[in-house]
Amino acid sequence: MPKAKKSFLAPITESQIYRSIMRVGIPSTRRERMMIVLSNVFIHLHPARIPKHAVKVKYTWCMGGLTFFIFLVLTVTGILLMFYYRPVTEYAYGDIIDLKEQVPLGIMREIHRWGAHLMVITVWLHMFRVFMTGSYKPPREFNWGVGVVLLLLTMFLSFTGYLLPWDQLAIWAITVGSRMAGATPFIGTSGPGSALLALGDVNFVHEASDARFAMLGGRFVGEATLLRFYVLHCIGLPFIIMIFMIVHFWRVRKDGGISGPT
Amino acid sequence: MEELSWPKHLINVLSNPKYLFPLLLGLFVFIFPPTDRLHRIHLRLRLDRLWTNAGGVFLLVLFLSFFLFGLTDPNFRLIVTKADNVPIVGLIFLVTFFLWFSMKQALENDRRMADGKKPIEADDKDPVLVWPDLVYGEFIAMIVCTILLIVWSIVLTAPLEQPANPAVSPNPSKAPWYFLGLQEMLVYFDPWIAGVVFPTVIIIGIMAIPYLDNNKKGCGYYSFADRKMAVSVFMFFWLVLWIFLIVVGTFLRGPNWNFFGPFEVWKISKLEALTNVNLSELIYMKLLNRRLPDNILVREMGGFLVILGYFGVLPLILMKTLFRKLHQDLGNVRFSFFTIMLLMSFSLPIKMMLRWFFNIKYIVAIPEYFFNI
Ligand code: HEM
Repeated sequence: MPKAKKSFLAPITESQIYRSIMRVGIPSTRRERMMIVLSNVFIHLHPARIPKHAVKVKYTWCMGGLTFFIFLVLTVTGILLMFYYRPVTEYAYGDIIDLKEQVPLGIMREIHRWGAHLMVITVWLHMFRVFMTGSYKPPREFNWGVGVVLLLLTMFLSFTGYLLPWDQLAIWAITVGSRMAGATPFIGTSGPGSALLALGDVNFVHEASDARFAMLGGRFVGEATLLRFYVLHCIGLPFIIMIFMIVHFWRVRKDGGISGPT
Repeated sequence: MEELSWPKHLINVLSNPKYLFPLLLGLFVFIFPPTDRLHRIHLRLRLDRLWTNAGGVFLLVLFLSFFLFGLTDPNFRLIVTKADNVPIVGLIFLVTFFLWFSMKQALENDRRMADGKKPIEADDKDPVLVWPDLVYGEFIAMIVCTILLIVWSIVLTAPLEQPANPAVSPNPSKAPWYFLGLQEMLVYFDPWIAGVVFPTVIIIGIMAIPYLDNNKKGCGYYSFADRKMAVSVFMFFWLVLWIFLIVVGTFLRGPNWNFFGPFEVWKISKLEALTNVNLSELIYMKLLNRRLPDNILVREMGGFLVILGYFGVLPLILMKTLFRKLHQDLGNVRFSFFTIMLLMSFSLPIKMMLRWFFNIKYIVAIPEYFFNI
């Protein structure tokens, strides 16, 4: 093999500092290309080698990867939004207006909102692709289940975020959505069987103790709901979804990598 | 008010779920035939041509021309370009594209396998290096996605309505769009079923797919012929009960959750005749011509029998007739679980039709205990 021409980046990639960080320079040989996957913690999510059909866009549509990427975008923009937003009913709405009018380059809210819509769509499409390739079949049954939990969590993340702008759209969408919780059998006031949970005249399940109350932190969508949804949206659910993602990615590898014909 | 041109009028009428839904259901079994016999009809009708390049162009032109034609209408424009509805327009195009894309690959593989060859994925088994083959692809996908998001965010401002006011409820009040399928079910079922039981069943149902589908073939490659039943059932849930209901809920439901055609003005005053009756009323008052019995159990006996027959007897009949082969393949446990799930989900279209064509409200109605089915 003729000796490759030195890259113009060589002074950087061969410096001691760069080498200490990356270990491998810009990889050019087969060995180096395998090494970079093994030595970089992020790229190491992948195996070093992978069957050819599995890297083709027409097989995976890259949908799982894009979902994860959009999740990261949402995390970054979400953190930026948290600098300005206060989850208190007096301030929340005004803070959202300020985001547009006072904050330079104020499209963070847009990216966050449209990104959230997009993530819901890409999760669905990812599920659709996994179904169409029959990738849920053994040995990947369990990971499909983990995926369903991820799907749910994605929708809950979006749902809790919906309330935060504290405008008419927000509180009424959540009001409509949470009304159903009040109809849960046995533990919702207007659900079947709730009257059965009583001791003599004392009803255990009433407006201030049922499933809806637990969700909203009150009888209606108010101050407590805003705080509750904010905490879930910014800390609780992202934390849980991260754990499930770790399991999901780990299992993709452990179940034998991207599926393929036998 | 100006007269509507006849195509718009026709679309308004046709898009009423009352007609559109049965139409879709009827077409469905021919487009995604679950059995061999239906598959032969599917082939004879040349419906498989939908999933070729020509079919793709056809679908694209069809959808595009519908939207372009629609955009000339102020009402259509109003609802489709509403900022929060734009993603759902995108969803319609994306779902259709990926449906076509996956079915096209599936049919190509089916053709290869019919010739005794292996699916196309099997030709590409040689390993390649993740750096650069995969990493670069992912990198490009991320950049495209980022550009899309940034352009989208610059062009379209995120909506913000009036400050929250618990005293003034907007009409219609809609749940977030991905829950609109559930809200649509609320028209036909009480909240405890539409909002609690069905979502739970849906989640359990999706999770159960890998354990119910014990067909060894069709893993790791696109295919339709190897798993007709599975694909057909999934498509029914995904396209008809999921995407379609969301589209209806987003674009075609206006004030008071009334139905409005895509070219119709959203008038608050639109009235729909509400003369719905319960099954018990139908039996005792219309058929037997007397008043409802006082005893709840006697009153609702008919309804209970219907439910019992539907979930208790119908599976047994299906097992001996239509689903005989399926029962052999799945065995007792899987078969019972699958049929109950399927019947539960079919209860939605059934309830819809009962409402539309017979004005039936509840099969079992015990409002005393919030127990209405
Ligand atoms: C937050 C949501 C999710 C993320 C970030 C995610 C991410 C990923 C990624 C990166 C892969 C690798 C292959 C690919 O890109 O297609 C993958 C594979 C897989 N995912 Fe997901 N996923 C999510 C949700 C889901 C859902 C909702 C399901 C199914 C219900 C699912 C089931 C699977 C299965 C079975 C595989 C293995 C596919 C194969 O081997 O071909 N995932 N996921």
